[in-house]
Amino acid sequence: MGNRCAVIGIGQTRYTTKRQDVSIAGLVREAALRALEDAGLTFKDIDAVVIGKAPDLFEGVMMPEAYLADALGAAGKPMMRVHTAGSVGGSTGLVGASLIQGGVHERVLVVAYEKQSESNATWALSTHLPYNASLVVGAGGYFAPHIREYMRRSGAPDHIGTLVAVKDRQNALKNPYAHLRIPGIDRAMVESTPMLWEPIRYLETCPSSDGACAMVLAAESAVTGRPAWVHGTAMRSEPIFRAGRDTVNPQGGKDCAADVYRQAGITDPRREIDVAEVYVPFSWYEPMWLENLGFAAENEGWKLTEAGCTALDGDTPWNASGGVLSSNPIGASGLIRFAEAALQVRGMAGEHQVEGARTALGHAYGGGAQFFAMWIVGADKP
Amino acid sequence: MPSELSESHVLEFPGGYTRSTGPVIGRFLTELRDGRIVGVRTADQRTLVPPLEYDPHTGDPVTDEFVTVGPAGTVAEWVWVDSPRRNHPLDHPFAWAMIKLDGADTALVHVVDAGHPKAMRPGLRVRPRWRAERIGQITDIECFVPEVTMIVSPVRAEYTIKPGRALTRFLEGVRDGVFLAGHCATCDKVYVPYRISCPECGYLIAEERQVADTGTITTFAINNLPDPRAPQVPFVSAYILLDGADTPMIALVGDVPAHEVRQGMRVRAVWVPEAERTLAMSNVKWFAPTGEPDAELEN
Ligand SMILES: [Zn+2]
Repeated sequence: MGNRCAVIGIGQTRYTTKRQDVSIAGLVREAALRALEDAGLTFKDIDAVVIGKAPDLFEGVMMPEAYLADALGAAGKPMMRVHTAGSVGGSTGLVGASLIQGGVHERVLVVAYEKQSESNATWALSTHLPYNASLVVGAGGYFAPHIREYMRRSGAPDHIGTLVAVKDRQNALKNPYAHLRIPGIDRAMVESTPMLWEPIRYLETCPSSDGACAMVLAAESAVTGRPAWVHGTAMRSEPIFRAGRDTVNPQGGKDCAADVYRQAGITDPRREIDVAEVYVPFSWYEPMWLENLGFAAENEGWKLTEAGCTALDGDTPWNASGGVLSSNPIGASGLIRFAEAALQVRGMAGEHQVEGARTALGHAYGGGAQFFAMWIVGADKP
Repeated sequence: MPSELSESHVLEFPGGYTRSTGPVIGRFLTELRDGRIVGVRTADQRTLVPPLEYDPHTGDPVTDEFVTVGPAGTVAEWVWVDSPRRNHPLDHPFAWAMIKLDGADTALVHVVDAGHPKAMRPGLRVRPRWRAERIGQITDIECFVPEVTMIVSPVRAEYTIKPGRALTRFLEGVRDGVFLAGHCATCDKVYVPYRISCPECGYLIAEERQVADTGTITTFAINNLPDPRAPQVPFVSAYILLDGADTPMIALVGDVPAHEVRQGMRVRAVWVPEAERTLAMSNVKWFAPTGEPDAELEN
């Protein structure tokens, strides 16, 4: 795993439908300055900047790393962009961490963002190239069949997705940065919303958000303030058109989890991980990832959700921040998971703090569930 | 026909009345003619815009101190005029607004050319649009317009798309009413649409195979959002594993109500008439149920 790496600063913008008061540069700078302030540092203390966002077609800005170098104080420093579809926020954090772990830099600023209001992600994801042999549908149309297949295989009752949709939005009410804050959210409210891509209802999907998230990562010798220590990092990808690919329980996710657990010395994730921030853009992905990440046996994940195990006061809280279901600036969504995991083990998550959290999982996935990025962070030095 | 007598009568003083401005209003209008907006200070140091000769709070004369304000300001209140009258300052819908110019303590009534009432709100920042020919009247400011907060940035990339050898071969197949697949000898897997490299092992796929136009729906979504390629809403997009293939294709399902589609349902491609076929997937209208018993699904 290389040298020790710690998260020493975290900055987030308030996630919202439209941040029309700032440019993209102003948005990322806001998150970056908050992360630096948290670490008690300035841009001068940063050695390198790593930025991530979803595909260029989302805002139509080509080479955002060039445009945003000034806003992120990167003049004269290494700056690079990471690009792994929806998992990009997670991958951005991991590329930054690898620069510390590899001994290349002492302090790295990682930033991820999306300003969805400048365009339309569904348009960008379904551009209808000529000569397609396959019907191309947006994210909901793509993932809905896999959710249906999970429901069939596991025999999960229909209301499990609703439970996740309610639970994550209740958590969001405790997170001042969360986008969707729906007072009085309950099952009846979720079930009264229309099916968009059956079996996915409107309130079982993530919102479209503007927002940015940033972290300052440091080598052991450069730690300031209260660190969250990185105990394991892993990324995996898998070919989307492979014959026999299990789209409900992808091999890439299982391999990625096994790798990150091995590094962190975790053998029983449900008991040893105090809180998990997992990329759940559609409610049913909570039970699906509970299984993929080894928190539950195959076809049993929904039982943890149903029993309230993943609630804020459950034995294995998932998405205490409200998760992607409550805030989704796509490119940043993965990094927010990683940052929220770090906030928890630093004991700085405020109202949605899981008491006594010492080990946390940050998770992101992207593309057609073909990119995975994960890290384990802890309060103790590894 | 009995009729009531009536006649139009105009009272208009020839050439228009004059108005001596006095020093306070005169200064304001003179500055307007020069393209500046000034306010006047009161004895208690408030800035009145437009200037008044006597402080409405105290009745005292204002001071002789004039200060430049604006030109930008903030909308306090507004009302939308949907059908402008002949005498209105603009010939298209606009807002009357109370505008507090930067540096002023009072608001000025003027016109905001905002295009649409949704663009108006208290707190909106506006700036004057000056007339080129100014004569020293409040209408030297034609209207106020919102500050620039957003631009449109057209991006257009135009490509020439070629399907490539493998996809061309596949499309030749659908033109002829068959589905062509590639068989990887190393993995013993059949890929449809036809491709020439294996995503699992990376080797060249040498063998072309024809697979059936019948298959099984492995899973599906019922889409309630309209799509230009779907005949109606809701429509079903399904993963269909053609008989003899190892990878599913995503395609439309038709000729069956959406809520009667099942996982395991047996379907067959519905081809458009031979004369209408081209080198395109649109040769397959959709997949329709065959009526066979459902296939067993793997777990
Ligand atoms: Zn092969």
